[in-house]
Amino acid sequence: MIKGMFSKPENAKMYWKEFIHQCSEIGIGSLGIVVIISVFMGAVSTVQTAYQLVSPFIPLSVIAQVVRDTVILEFAPTLVCIVLAGVVGSKIASELGNMRVSEQIDALEIMGINTKTYLVLPKIIAALVVIPMLVIIAGVVGIWGGRLAGSMTGILSVSIFDQGLLEAFLPYNVIFALYKAYTFAFIISSVPAYFGYYVKGGALEIGRASTKAVVISCILILFADYILAALLL
Amino acid sequence: MIEVKHIKKRFEDTIVIDDVSSVMKAGQCNLIIGTSGSGKTVLMKCIVGLIEPDSGEVLFGGESFTKMNRFERTEIRKQIGMLFQGSALFDSLTVEENVMFPLNMFTTWNYKQKMERVNEVLDRVNLKDTNKKFPSELSGGMKKRVGIARAIVLNPKYLFCDEPNSGLDPQTALVIDQLIKEITLEFNITTVVNTHDMNSVMEIGNYILYLYQGKKEWEGNNKEIIFSKNKLLNEFIFASEFLKDAKEMRMLEETGKIPNDRNIDDMIGPTNLPKGGA
Repeated sequence: MIKGMFSKPENAKMYWKEFIHQCSEIGIGSLGIVVIISVFMGAVSTVQTAYQLVSPFIPLSVIAQVVRDTVILEFAPTLVCIVLAGVVGSKIASELGNMRVSEQIDALEIMGINTKTYLVLPKIIAALVVIPMLVIIAGVVGIWGGRLAGSMTGILSVSIFDQGLLEAFLPYNVIFALYKAYTFAFIISSVPAYFGYYVKGGALEIGRASTKAVVISCILILFADYILAALLL
Repeated sequence: MIEVKHIKKRFEDTIVIDDVSSVMKAGQCNLIIGTSGSGKTVLMKCIVGLIEPDSGEVLFGGESFTKMNRFERTEIRKQIGMLFQGSALFDSLTVEENVMFPLNMFTTWNYKQKMERVNEVLDRVNLKDTNKKFPSELSGGMKKRVGIARAIVLNPKYLFCDEPNSGLDPQTALVIDQLIKEITLEFNITTVVNTHDMNSVMEIGNYILYLYQGKKEWEGNNKEIIFSKNKLLNEFIFASEFLKDAKEMRMLEETGKIPNDRNIDDMIGPTNLPKGGA
């Protein structure tokens, strides 16, 4: 399928329009859930890290460091992408599956349009552009959620949290998170696109393809997460 | 003109199309008829390249479509319009946007020119005041007409209709048949229609190809079909007593005699027959 995607667009303007539409669908459409998840994962990280660090010899600012690194290295890219696999992946698979079953893909083919290029490529490129942005937003909002939870529960003050955030910060962690984001973005968009594009049958099969796409995407994300961590950390 | 030469298609152990050859002429309605599962849709999809035949050749205007690469096929496909069984309109686009889609993709016209063409073809299929409606807001017949409008918006040389009357009431089906017939003549299109609707066969069948279990069983036109001696074809066409009576009435009209010993008083009165055929 990937090989068949790369051909000269019939009309670059229409492809650009479709790309922008997909950026909006994937990005704006998922922003709400990403923000909500991020706030709570940051908040829970702060509370649970404080619960585990009971030694008086460990400064409270360490909590902020742990929250920062956990959110940047794991929660923002992996957890958010697993959620996106469900939200975006099922949408891509069901959209393409429905188009296949209702012969809309055949209608595009008959017009002389390369449907893999027109329907699949913009989704993958849009995911590669937008999902890393969502991961960055998730990281920022997650850390802010941890900071908010710390001050609201009285675990640590805002100034100590901010001090902890700046201590022993490794910019490479952000780069690593982006490596993960790009890898996961490709999985989230391409796997469901494959299952949706090649669906056969009716409504039941669209549902099955959608579920299968999400499950396989999640497994591949976790597998890729381990491989990337083993190779790059 | 479309030539189909010795097309064969098999899905696993089942032979769906078995050595079918045919010539479909320009400016005519060419019908592929047969019972459900006889291979009509597969043959049509083989002709337009949505399904690759196992062997055989399809020629559009003398050029071998089967042997063309993807880019050459794209050029031919720009000359093809197709009406699908379920209309295959894009759900998220309005009627106007659906019809405008091929223009957006393949022309450099400005918005005004495109709108003029869209309104022209929508007017041609007798659809007015539906521009801003979504497919979900349309009736089955209206969806088919939007499908036809989208299929003809680029002035195609070839029009394919896969069961254009399925799911439509007989009156709307006649309207769609008439529309296909008029468009074929008006634009001198080579039209290929898949159907098992006998009204369509009698109304628009300039050339009829009858498929039986994937094989070409009979070919001819809507005049010859009445007099055909082919047993399988007759079983298919004249499945009901009404149609048998109608056939005999038509033969009486055409030849002045009834081919059996039935009493004419037992048959349906000619005034009850639909105009143009059984």
